[in-house]
Amino acid sequence: MKDMDKSFRKDTETEFPLREEMRPRTVTAPDGQVIEIDPLRDYFCEEAPKVHRKSYSAIVEGFYNWARANSLWILGFGTGCGAIEMRPLMTPRFDAYRYGIQWRPTPRQANLLIISGYLSVKTLKRAIRAYEQMQQPKFVVGLGSCTINGGMYWDSYNTIKRLDDYLPVDLYIAGCMPRPEALLAGLMELKKIIRRGEAEGANKYAENFDWYKANQKSVIKDWDMPDYSW
Amino acid sequence: MDMRELIERLTSRHKLGAPIFQRPDLTFVDLTDNDRLRALLVELRDIEGFTHLVLLTAVDWIEEGKFQLTYMLNNRAANQTLGLRVYLERKDPVEFTSIHDIWPTAETYQRELREMFGINFPGSPRVMDEFILEGWTDMPPYRRDFDTLAYSQQTYRDRPGRATNDPRDHMKSKMYPEG
Ligand code: SF4
Repeated sequence: MKDMDKSFRKDTETEFPLREEMRPRTVTAPDGQVIEIDPLRDYFCEEAPKVHRKSYSAIVEGFYNWARANSLWILGFGTGCGAIEMRPLMTPRFDAYRYGIQWRPTPRQANLLIISGYLSVKTLKRAIRAYEQMQQPKFVVGLGSCTINGGMYWDSYNTIKRLDDYLPVDLYIAGCMPRPEALLAGLMELKKIIRRGEAEGANKYAENFDWYKANQKSVIKDWDMPDYSW
Repeated sequence: MDMRELIERLTSRHKLGAPIFQRPDLTFVDLTDNDRLRALLVELRDIEGFTHLVLLTAVDWIEEGKFQLTYMLNNRAANQTLGLRVYLERKDPVEFTSIHDIWPTAETYQRELREMFGINFPGSPRVMDEFILEGWTDMPPYRRDFDTLAYSQQTYRDRPGRATNDPRDHMKSKMYPEG
């Protein structure tokens, strides 16, 4: 790989201005009342995520994990090329439903976020919000080499290289693109990890919250959302 | 429609460079007088039947210090495409006349050019809005002095252990290990 080019320096000075709809303002209601609005403070709750404690007894926790492993609901959020491979997986050809794995349209009803390929910075912002809106326990799977080390977008100015810098990844499935069989094998592996009680991504996210936020903010320059948007 | 004839007819009133007859249905020609662009485009659209703007795109000739804009026009009835090229000085701020009132689709192209090449088209609707980048603060990324590899190395962390092979040497060593 070519060494870092010393002559080009990226612009680190310029701040991106806050978008107009996010700026604090005063609004006059129809009855004449004047209301101060600070969208970032008023529209969201900023409570940070909490660590989800293990159950008091190992047997109960084991039972929980068994139940979690058999209840995987994938968020239908497709990025990159990999979203295409999920279509045969959720339809009769490969039929993931027979393993109890299903897709849901909203983050509120899902507990598995599959990042299915390259993530542009713009999409990363949406992926973070989607992830944070999911209920615990929740898991993240990175699909394809783009999520592992940038893949063939390793020199792109606008796609991230390592997904685990920004979201806690429980499992990677390698390939460019992994076929549905590989996805099935990966999801079976994820089930085993969950059953062993090692799929602790969401807790890791809560524990290292500041590190994740610093990483996320270092690439998303127009950070105009709350720090944690559940 | 005979393109040679058309170019000849236009040359009598506009300053055109030497045409390139790329294919029987595709011709490129430079316009050397940038101020006459709108007049020429309107003439081509209303009189010569080039009613469709296929695309508007730019090339960064950094060595010559120029931006090239290509206005690709199509005459459907005659099945002819004409690429009209103009050259702008490559020094900031780069600005050029907007043609959104001649073809409304140009608005989108002009937004893209403003964002990716930093060529502004004052008066074009929403030209200063973000197009596909979000929160971009660096230089326009399609300019050739923007080093995308260096930018990505300064922005995103590498995972150690990534190796790059030259496809040709790699396949050669795989297929003919004896050499
Ligand atoms: S790993 Fe390959 S198939 Fe997947 S998103 Fe990246 S380039 Fe596309």
